[in-house]
Amino acid sequence: MKTAVIFEERKDQIYRKGEQPFELACNRESLAGAVSQRACVFCGSRVVLYPIADALHLVHGPIGCAVYTWDIRGALSSGPELHRLSFSTDLQEEDVIFGGEKKLEAALNELIERYQPRAAFVYSTCIVGIIGDDLAGVCKKVEAEKGIPVIPVQSEGFKGNKRAGYEAACKAMFRLVGTGDTTGISPVSLNILGDFNLAGEIWIIRDYLKRMGVEVVANITGDGRIADIQRCHGAALNLVQCSGATLDLAKMMKEKYGIPYIRVSYFGIEDMAESLYQVARFFESRDPEIMKRTEAVVREELEELHPKLVEFRKDLEGKKAAIYVGGAFKAFSLIKAFRHLGMKVVMVGSQTGTKEDYRELEEITDPGTIIVDDSNPLELSAFIKEKDVDIFVGGVKERPIAYKLGVGFCDHNHERKIALEGFVGMYNFAKEVHSTVISPVWQFAPRRQKQKEAGNE
Amino acid sequence: MSDNNPVTVVESRPGALDTRVSARKARPSYVSTTNACKLCTPIGAALAFRGIEGCVPFLHGSQGCATYMRRYIISHFREPMDIASSSLGEKHAIYGGGPNLKKGILNVMGKYGAKIVGVATTCLTETIGDDVPMILKEFRREFSDLALPHIVFASTPSYSGTHMEGWHAAVRATVEQLVTDKVSENGTVNIMPGFVSPADIRYLKEIATDFGIRPTILPDISETLDGQALEDYETIPSGGTSLEAIREMSGASASIEFGRTLSCLETAGNVLKKRFDMPLYQIGMPIGLRETDRFFQALEAITGRETPQLHQMERGRLVDAYIDGHKYVSGLKAVVYGEADLVIGLTSFLVEIGIRPVLVATGSKDKVFKQAIEEVCKGIALGASLPAIREGVDFFDIAEEAEGLKPDILVGHAKGYKMAREWNIPLVRAGFPNHDRFGGQRILHLGYRGAQSLLDRIINAIIEKKQADSPIGYWYI
Ligand code: SF4
Ligand code: SF4
Repeated sequence: MKTAVIFEERKDQIYRKGEQPFELACNRESLAGAVSQRACVFCGSRVVLYPIADALHLVHGPIGCAVYTWDIRGALSSGPELHRLSFSTDLQEEDVIFGGEKKLEAALNELIERYQPRAAFVYSTCIVGIIGDDLAGVCKKVEAEKGIPVIPVQSEGFKGNKRAGYEAACKAMFRLVGTGDTTGISPVSLNILGDFNLAGEIWIIRDYLKRMGVEVVANITGDGRIADIQRCHGAALNLVQCSGATLDLAKMMKEKYGIPYIRVSYFGIEDMAESLYQVARFFESRDPEIMKRTEAVVREELEELHPKLVEFRKDLEGKKAAIYVGGAFKAFSLIKAFRHLGMKVVMVGSQTGTKEDYRELEEITDPGTIIVDDSNPLELSAFIKEKDVDIFVGGVKERPIAYKLGVGFCDHNHERKIALEGFVGMYNFAKEVHSTVISPVWQFAPRRQKQKEAGNE
Repeated sequence: MSDNNPVTVVESRPGALDTRVSARKARPSYVSTTNACKLCTPIGAALAFRGIEGCVPFLHGSQGCATYMRRYIISHFREPMDIASSSLGEKHAIYGGGPNLKKGILNVMGKYGAKIVGVATTCLTETIGDDVPMILKEFRREFSDLALPHIVFASTPSYSGTHMEGWHAAVRATVEQLVTDKVSENGTVNIMPGFVSPADIRYLKEIATDFGIRPTILPDISETLDGQALEDYETIPSGGTSLEAIREMSGASASIEFGRTLSCLETAGNVLKKRFDMPLYQIGMPIGLRETDRFFQALEAITGRETPQLHQMERGRLVDAYIDGHKYVSGLKAVVYGEADLVIGLTSFLVEIGIRPVLVATGSKDKVFKQAIEEVCKGIALGASLPAIREGVDFFDIAEEAEGLKPDILVGHAKGYKMAREWNIPLVRAGFPNHDRFGGQRILHLGYRGAQSLLDRIINAIIEKKQADSPIGYWYI
């Protein structure tokens, strides 16, 4: 049985593999009234820059934009925790009428004096774009007075979608790059881009790299430090995780500083291992022993992980999964990770995938899989039912959709507090998937009960 | 931002309260907001609209606001919360959002089968100056051949007000725009409870039923934000105040509104009073014994009936528990924060049980907040001193101010957790949001039963801390 396409205008943003030649529209404005799961440009830049822990993050706008992004992620810091506070200019009516520049300047001065941050990021929101505050001008002035970088992030919510926010964030960070001293950096060194250190994940990756003998110059942006970013152009390589968030920064660094980048993923066994091997291959000419050490790391980790996965697989074999995530890149790894658990992905979608992302998804999925761009609760619930899945992977907004339909859920979004990266992350993932899929509670869910009755008749 | 001049002069009269605590020291007034203790206006409207049957909340603005609010609300209620948006992009921001608003409503009609669409503006559309009533008028004309839903509209710019203003604006707009005709007397009573929990609303219904009243509770989020496990994903969650019931509000024998700060607002109750000459009982949120007594007195006055035995007994047990528990809490210092009316209610309750609120704070600015706090403390506050009363503050202000007061306990929503953790004192969660505990939607605040449950939770929090801090770990405390 096939569910009707829910919104006529969104027909070409949904594809069922094998039905016709691949074609999927994406990167559009969300349809009015469709309850998109997407946020805004500001959201994109906020989530990327937020984990830089020793910077001040000031949201210039009315209160909501700052409140809803207050410590929203589980991005950990090994030192300062300035990023976990929520700062706003809380614009009031008179500011909207007469302009908010004065207030912004005063707020910046006040907060910089109070917290002595290493830099400040100032985010513009929708309304700032409308009232036309000269964000760059104010930042420049305060920067000169306070002697720290004060960087405007042009992230007016309505000027595109989350992807545009990533770009704004990258532009902002690029202003820092190249301003620090690079002496003493090893030739076997790299920057980690696009990892947000959720639940301490970047520490897992750094540990692998350390065991391989690679120096990490800067974490961009999880557990990030301004000083590291300022000297990160001294690294030999950029390691870019995730499709959207920091790719632009890597490209800019390649152009200006000639630093090559590779795109990696730390989710799942193959992708994690392959990422490390890619690094090893890159540095092999400079450090002939690196491949051996890398193989050892992978071997040690897998020896520990494998028997545990086999256990989980016993219960999970043949179960079906649906995936709806922010960036499509994550979905590739998730599909492979589910295969390791003997599970099949029957629906996959993202908020901000690109044409290339979706084409690649089409290649690696099985026939019949639904691929969808910028979806909404109505569609997602219809797909879950149509495909009769056992688990739905998404974020907080997707959770009640799964639960209302009596379907297990795994949070793979930025709010999770469980590390899913690396080999240990694969174990955590398997454990979480297992714990929800095998839970006895589903048998009480009305939809499941009905299915069971129907099956027994 | 805090008031720069915290010194208050209370008229000297016999038994007048000492205001030394409030006059203690002048704190600087900050320009920046750090960890806000309020939310933006449209989220309040969206929440209120969620309590109307068949209604889809619709934000006229860019996509981000709606998505952020959904996430925020879902984390507390753990229920689906679909908020539609006109998803404005750059060109709409320049040329006006009318076309997208219309398109969005059509989509919500078609796919959600909305009976009512609750439209609220956002900062963006208020700033670009979209004339929403006019756009809606055009919309109704253009699509007059379709079966259109009712569209309720509330103006909710976030740069003037907090989520509570948004909530009340949506409730008032609903009444203003839907309760237009006088129906004949129908023996109902309108209750506008404000932003209370689904559990509170279920309990209010019980009370009303026990009084033999047919209540119309507006809005009613008791089912829509705390629903059952069902067979299917409901496009619009069942429950909520029905359109029929809303229409019939003009035939009620009286209206009751909770909230001591409402007196200076143009509320839904005022609209009904003016339009239909309907008696209005504006009373504080019935939290604790005395405020609940007032509520029951109102019900007695409206129905001419005595409080049913069941509730008298609940009251009796509550007083008994007040006595049984008093030593655990007597003299403890509390910091209370959150929505103004909730804070007033909680403060009233805390002083009853002998806890000393040393600081009561809210992120909003209400003309009568201070006065209301003084009223509920009058003649009962321990140590004959008033708490410091702060409006328009954020958590940075609250923490700075409270630090020197050495509170023993925090009472408020979950965002005070950081302070509680730093000071190693219990945080008793009340109100919204509750993002770090399970069951926020089931916290009971109102009535004798709510006071009982708050009392139990507070005392147990104190005992738990004693046990945790004790090197011995007593079994009998
Ligand atoms: S723009 Fe206004 S309505 Fe939107 S989230 Fe920010 S404060 Fe709230
Ligand atoms: S106002 Fe704009 S920037 Fe703020 S949350 Fe809404 S869409 Fe995003």
